[in-house]
Amino acid sequence: MGKVGIIGVGQSVFSRSASGSFKELAFEAFKEACQDGGISAQEIDASVTCSAPEYDKQRSPSALVAEYCGLKGPAFYAETLCSSSSTGVRLAYSLVKSGLHDAVAVVGVQKMSEISSAASQELMGRGTDIQWESPFGTMMPAYYALFAQAHMAEYGLTNEDLAKVRVKSSTYGPLNDRAVFRKSLDLEALTSPDSKMTAPVAAPLRVGDCCANADGSSCVIVISEEKAKSLSRDPIWILGVGAAIDSVNLASRDNFTSLPSAVNAGKAAYKMAGMTPDDIDVAEVHDCFTIAELLAYEALGFAKPGQGKEMIKNKETYLEGRIPVNVDGGLLSKGHPIGATGGSQIRTIVKQLRGEAGEIQVKNPEVGLVHNVGGVGIYGNVTILGR
Amino acid sequence: MAKREIDDRFKKFGTVSFTAISKVNDFVDNLEQGKVMATRCPDCNISYFPPRVDCAECLGSNNEWFDTTEKEGTLATFSKMKYGPVGFEGDLPYTIAVLDFGDFKMFGRISNDVPDDSIKIGMKMKVHVNDLQADQKNFVFKPV
Repeated sequence: MGKVGIIGVGQSVFSRSASGSFKELAFEAFKEACQDGGISAQEIDASVTCSAPEYDKQRSPSALVAEYCGLKGPAFYAETLCSSSSTGVRLAYSLVKSGLHDAVAVVGVQKMSEISSAASQELMGRGTDIQWESPFGTMMPAYYALFAQAHMAEYGLTNEDLAKVRVKSSTYGPLNDRAVFRKSLDLEALTSPDSKMTAPVAAPLRVGDCCANADGSSCVIVISEEKAKSLSRDPIWILGVGAAIDSVNLASRDNFTSLPSAVNAGKAAYKMAGMTPDDIDVAEVHDCFTIAELLAYEALGFAKPGQGKEMIKNKETYLEGRIPVNVDGGLLSKGHPIGATGGSQIRTIVKQLRGEAGEIQVKNPEVGLVHNVGGVGIYGNVTILGR
Repeated sequence: MAKREIDDRFKKFGTVSFTAISKVNDFVDNLEQGKVMATRCPDCNISYFPPRVDCAECLGSNNEWFDTTEKEGTLATFSKMKYGPVGFEGDLPYTIAVLDFGDFKMFGRISNDVPDDSIKIGMKMKVHVNDLQADQKNFVFKPV
């Protein structure tokens, strides 16, 4: 069986309130991915729609998205909270690698604006064990705050270290025309007690440490090596797909300073690709909160445990640094339309590897990595791509 | 024929309960008697919190209850929440936390009467039953 690649990528504008319906929003990314890949709906023989349910009223969205996109092949649905579309890409890889399908569209889509922010937090808070944790009033910022708190106690992490992650994000957010948050933020704005960015959300995390809910869609078209020969452009190859889970109940975790699902997904992806962290030229990591980006550096082997903060202090993950991370602004600037996020990360890396990333182009990258996490490390997904 | 009585005791757990029926509904009766109970598989000697009737190791369903309220745990991590989800506004602000008892851990809240500046990771705490509004109950951690 030949290689499996990505031929086309697309993404809608991520916004606080999309103008279209669920399926119309999905179409925006699908259309761009088809145009990008020089492939038509007729040539795509299966699709995977990826979203987290209940933000909108649509039930069983996969066939409806396929219908609106003009896709005739079987349609599947993938859900792993915030990493749904990375899971979709893993499923698409399997469908193509097995020979069942030649070209699979992975469509990530989420319309979060139809419910209030508090209602959305309640939904996310139920992405855990609803019997034992949700009745305490949980939500995602607080879950990640537990890890920030433990990291501070164990390794001496500070709020200023966390703020530096957001400073990097907002260095690149203004350059991304698909991002929700495009204002520049300096360290002063993120650390001054008078700034609204330092208002507490769930201690020690503050407003500036959190990404925004968003409406948005993404699309990644996964293709066989054979099928790609009939098309005009060269795919970016999928070299490794790693996935892992960890306990949903935090009471069953070993520690609160790392997310083993991401560590194990990374190990699986590196092994499959025959690579090590040193081989990665550019990365997109799941920075739903500032602490999450530092946990990602450590999970992926870019930094030793506890040393992620040194990477951001030394600007090693800036565009000109040792390993550029989230130079499209990441979730902190782009916003986080749950089901669409992984596809958006993959789109950024595909563009980087093609040399089409414009102002944020990393110099001549050959291998890129996407780290996408569902819940607070419930689902870990790492995808390694290469030219 | 008499209508079957539904055992929905679990709906009394927490500020908002999302579960009414469970095989561990006795947990709620124990809460009402001031006890926070965990379970243990007598064959594998594995302790479970949250409590469960089924052992994932041997697939047996003979787990036995044991009381945790006299045990000392160590605070593993915590976060004081300024915002909460829909349904929890009346409780704000509150502090969620994980207590480590060695062979099991417990997710819950720190009691509201514990001063913020006294809360430190590594401190020794015990779990206590806590009364909420509308006759609901949960459990909270307090310093030893």
